[in-house]
Amino acid sequence: MTKKSRIISVCLVLFFLVITVITLLPLALLAVSSLRPGSDLMRYGLNFSVDWANANLNEYKMLFSGANPYFTWYRNSLIVTVVQVALALFLSACVGYGFAMYDFKGKNIAFICVLLVMMVPTEVILLPLYRLIVNMKLINTMWGIILPYLVVPMLIFFFRQYLSGIPKDFLDAARVDGCSEYGIFVKIMMPLMKPSFAAMGIYQGMQSWNNFLWPMIVTNDINKITLPVGLQSLISPYGNNYDILIAGSCFAIIPILILFICFQRYFIEGMTAGGVKG
Amino acid sequence: MKKKSVFKKFIYSQKAAPYVFIAPFIITFLVFFAYSIVSMIIMSFQKVAGPNTAFVGFDNYKIVKNAVFIKSLKNSIFYTIVSCMLMIPIPMVLAVMLNSKHMRAKATFRSVLFIPALTSIVVAGVVFRLMFGELDNSFMNQVLGLFGKEPLIWLRKPATAWTAMFFLCLWRWTGVNMMYYLSGLQQIPGDLYESASIDGATFMQQLRYITIPLLKPTTIYVLTISIFGGMAMFSESYILFNGNKSPNNIGTTLVGFLYRLGLEQNNLGIASAIGVIFLLIVLGINFIQLRINGTMGKGGDK
Repeated sequence: MTKKSRIISVCLVLFFLVITVITLLPLALLAVSSLRPGSDLMRYGLNFSVDWANANLNEYKMLFSGANPYFTWYRNSLIVTVVQVALALFLSACVGYGFAMYDFKGKNIAFICVLLVMMVPTEVILLPLYRLIVNMKLINTMWGIILPYLVVPMLIFFFRQYLSGIPKDFLDAARVDGCSEYGIFVKIMMPLMKPSFAAMGIYQGMQSWNNFLWPMIVTNDINKITLPVGLQSLISPYGNNYDILIAGSCFAIIPILILFICFQRYFIEGMTAGGVKG
Repeated sequence: MKKKSVFKKFIYSQKAAPYVFIAPFIITFLVFFAYSIVSMIIMSFQKVAGPNTAFVGFDNYKIVKNAVFIKSLKNSIFYTIVSCMLMIPIPMVLAVMLNSKHMRAKATFRSVLFIPALTSIVVAGVVFRLMFGELDNSFMNQVLGLFGKEPLIWLRKPATAWTAMFFLCLWRWTGVNMMYYLSGLQQIPGDLYESASIDGATFMQQLRYITIPLLKPTTIYVLTISIFGGMAMFSESYILFNGNKSPNNIGTTLVGFLYRLGLEQNNLGIASAIGVIFLLIVLGINFIQLRINGTMGKGGDK
């Protein structure tokens, strides 16, 4: 029996090693290619046949030389991500708290609206939303990217779920002590919600950092676009675009990979938060 | 002064507080979501040319007879069905294997499989576009070479282009779906398996009569996100074909067609009609799902 289970173990581990190799292969290809000139890529295609003697970091030097808008895009993405995460977390937490802790007239209708927004893919309203942003004169601004997605149904849902575990007597005790409704939220509830803020912050952060379609639609000024949109604009194989495209793609992943290695638990918790509980 | 304090008192009352808390949602819902839906429905009955608009009844909806529209709808449905067929069994099997008591280094493998989900669609799309490049030496053609096959122009023919698309989908989302199944597996009480094996149930029987039925809530959830993700697919195709212009529309999806008419050709009326059709499809899927599951596709949430 032990021998049999050992064989099963070895087979399983071997199988997952193969899966691991397949999973990491595209990223390894990207990393290897970033050490070759972009013109190589156009001539020979993306593969592992590298001339290691000639491998160099010229692509990265070019990236950091400041002769291209790469770091402007990087900065734009960082700003959008930070502002959107901070606002979306706070506002969605407010809404989730309102739904979890109070009974009020119209609660059901309001919650059906949350579910409705969650069910309808944003691609459905792409066009009218774009026209609205044009009319609001928010094209090519950070707010144009952020405003429509300030309050995230997914986060409301999660916070509501998280808070439903907290007994309401807690609130009454605070009220007796003279705490105002908003004081309770800011001073008592927000500290209690810290673990959920971490997971949801990462969920929203990944969404904002990687978001492509909406930022592409509302921004077109080369100095206002975000990183994914900027990288996409480099795909056409002219000039030295590929140098920056490949090295830039690598450099877009590296910070996230480092964060992932440090905060794995929160990443997995956050990005699978929609999963079924119970 | 007095009036202000009355107002303040009201705002601070326990009765008003919930409305203040949910106000951010209500405002963004009305301004962005509800307004968009309503203006889209109105526009779908109009011919919009600059500042002049005229009602044209159902004229815009004649687009349903357009060959490219039908093709894009078919493409979206095809992508949705195949991605569901791939993205449910494969992650489920991997999760069961990873969850096995014989498995070693579970946490490490789990994390590694999750890494693709961290990449943006642009980075992932760029890599896959180049891997499936048409040059003889691009990675996938080298792989074909190992098996003695001729190199292919992957992104030019439907079958091979869709293969690339499904590889991309599998690569990015297997880890995430597997994570859903892993957390689903952890909810299954261990004594169920114990008593089953005492009764002499084989591994396959346990899988069939315990694991798969008890994973149903997870499967429903994964199916839901796969259907909506699949029907709304656009970015993958946009990056893989470097723009909304695949040869012979082999990769044009419903959203791609909407994008082309509305944003590239500024044909607002017809694009809005497509948006309304898309909305009806989405609501239809939701309705069917509600009837089948009796929940919001959220398992035991309620």
